[in-house]
Amino acid sequence: MFKKRLLALVLLVLGGLVGWYVYNSQVAADSTHKFKLGLDLNGGTELVYSADTSKLASGEISDAMDTLRDVIERRVNAFGVAEPIVQVEKVGFGITGDASNQLVVDLPGVTNVKDAVAMIGKTPSLEFRLENPALTEKEKADPKLTADKAFITTGLDGRYLSKSALEYDQTTGQSVVSLQFNTEGADKFAALTKNNIGKVLAIFLDGDLKSMPVIRDEIRNGKAVISGGFTGSAGRAEAKTLVNNLNLGALPLPIELISTQTVGATLGQAATKAAVYAGILAFILISIFMILFYRLPGLIAVIALAIYTAINLAIFKLLPVTLTAPGIAGFILSVGMAVDANILIFERMKEELNSGRELGDAVKEGFHRAWLSIRDSNTSSLITACILFMFSSTALVKGFALVFAIGVLVSMFTAITATRTMLLSIKSEHAGKVLKFLFGGKTK
Amino acid sequence: MFIVKNRKVFYGISIGLVVISIVALLVWGLIPGIDFKGGSAMEVTYTGARPEMSVVKAEIDALNFTPSLKDTYQVRPIGDDSYVVKLRSITETERGELERVLTTGAVKAEVKKFNSIGPVLGQEAARKSMMSVVLVLLAIVLFITFVFRKVSEPVSSWKYGLFSIIALSHDVIIPSGVFAILGHYLGYEVDTLFVTAMLVVLGFSIHDTIVVFDRVRENLGINNQKPSKDKKEFDVVVGESINQTFVRSVSTSFATLLAVVALYFFGPAATKNFALVLIIGIFFGTYSSIFIASNLLVTNYKMMMNKENKK
Repeated sequence: MFKKRLLALVLLVLGGLVGWYVYNSQVAADSTHKFKLGLDLNGGTELVYSADTSKLASGEISDAMDTLRDVIERRVNAFGVAEPIVQVEKVGFGITGDASNQLVVDLPGVTNVKDAVAMIGKTPSLEFRLENPALTEKEKADPKLTADKAFITTGLDGRYLSKSALEYDQTTGQSVVSLQFNTEGADKFAALTKNNIGKVLAIFLDGDLKSMPVIRDEIRNGKAVISGGFTGSAGRAEAKTLVNNLNLGALPLPIELISTQTVGATLGQAATKAAVYAGILAFILISIFMILFYRLPGLIAVIALAIYTAINLAIFKLLPVTLTAPGIAGFILSVGMAVDANILIFERMKEELNSGRELGDAVKEGFHRAWLSIRDSNTSSLITACILFMFSSTALVKGFALVFAIGVLVSMFTAITATRTMLLSIKSEHAGKVLKFLFGGKTK
Repeated sequence: MFIVKNRKVFYGISIGLVVISIVALLVWGLIPGIDFKGGSAMEVTYTGARPEMSVVKAEIDALNFTPSLKDTYQVRPIGDDSYVVKLRSITETERGELERVLTTGAVKAEVKKFNSIGPVLGQEAARKSMMSVVLVLLAIVLFITFVFRKVSEPVSSWKYGLFSIIALSHDVIIPSGVFAILGHYLGYEVDTLFVTAMLVVLGFSIHDTIVVFDRVRENLGINNQKPSKDKKEFDVVVGESINQTFVRSVSTSFATLLAVVALYFFGPAATKNFALVLIIGIFFGTYSSIFIASNLLVTNYKMMMNKENKK
């Protein structure tokens, strides 16, 4: 008996400590463990880009997307956003063989969409192309020949750029943009120039033909120059911008903005407040209900519920889980469902009491019999949460599914450990009428 | 036993509500939000007195986008100081224009929220949502059949799965019907959170159903141990099982409803519709578990008995 009471006490103390940790880490000014809030609660912008991977072999897509992700992340960081998130999003489920080609950019606190998009969008796409060998003489002479038709891609593009610099060409008096390829790029460039001496190498920027130098020699040092078109001070400014953009990263793939979402900070704050308020209210209402309906076990359930809430919140902080409005809704929902396990046990207990068992036995039997139901019904909720998580198309739904799943798991844990321990610790041998009443049994 | 004896009444109520819902769905359909059909929505809050809708519409018409916006957009009031403008999905430049026009008119305003979703993304979301619903239903049938695999007498175990699904579809159709009605009269839209709420309702309703079926299984086990003369009829066993689990089912649903009602009335605006679907779904989910699912077991049993007797 003493061991059980000690265990119950330990549990309460642990629960209290967890709760204190949750409270303190949220309120203390220098805490590194505050709740992570999603964009809909913090305010901010989410941009989704679709990358055109049609020209790539399917094996290359994943690498190209990773490079794209890195490039955009560098640009976003240069923009000075606090804690941006840039992620490659899985489109399709793998069963259909779709390779992912979407990029999700989360910019917390940024509400100036125009600037954000302009800055990301400015990332130029750089391509080196060769004369199309399949062109006939007639087509070559045609004045309406398009640059796209005249030149074919070589696979040498912005991915292989290591550095770009602004330089001044003494002979022409113009600004030029110098390019330095990385090792792999330099090799490709060397091969390209070696095999195509005398031919034109076309440099395309953002799909536009920028310059057409003729290859005179094999270039082994990986250096190239974009010249022409950068005249005067305006030209110099343009070249400088280009150099900056190239250095922050040339895009390996063309991208298109397919979705924008912004939430103003005040709306986010209002939502957070409302969500917290609703949560506290839900907890209070459920507590009142449980105590009125189940009396002493109800009170135990409420304490277990408090421990449950503390554990959940601690997990959200530590994993961390980004909380969104649906996420908090999911948590509130799981609080309501967490009492379910307790109710199952209590109802069983009441039955056992009424069929004449002693209190201690009734408690044990209640748990034993109720466990199967608890296990089965919580498993079905977990299955739903898993499917939701895998198939969610937005961060909002993913957040909900995760919070919900954590809630179900923790509720199973607290019902079986916390509730059980506390119930068993109440003196149960030869329980008198008063205690039986408190436990909800009918007194004869 | 009351519940089992009057099962026809309860079937009647359910069928009535389901028919109304299906009719509403066929006639009015559900209104997809921009999550599914693509489009944009811009919400602005005015610092001073909110201008008349006609003024705002005139400003938008004057924008001259191509393709033209004329008659393809909606302006809806929110509260006393805001409007939400819903239109097709727009480019970044167009968005800038729209924001400028709405926020720098005679009365200053601020953009609270903006969403623009391309049609491809929208279709993808719709496709994923449907797949997840189908998968969840499938998973549930398999799960129940597995859990109740040992209870093959007198009703075979896969039927437990089947009847759960019938009860579940009732839980899905009725809230959808309600949203078809609300959509038609009040413009309520269906978005990815609606689908999420639906899936939660499915998960929750199966909870209840499992608890009742569990009890049936247990009582059948006890019943089978008894000597023949004491054995109870199947429908009596089911009736008793329902009675025994009634209080528990109602209590749990009530507790959860308390939480969701708090969410609906006091929670953030973004999750209000979500909470509403949950309230309707949990209510009918509990109803279907108690009054429909187990009764179907009895009905099926009686049908099997009738067939036996006719042989």
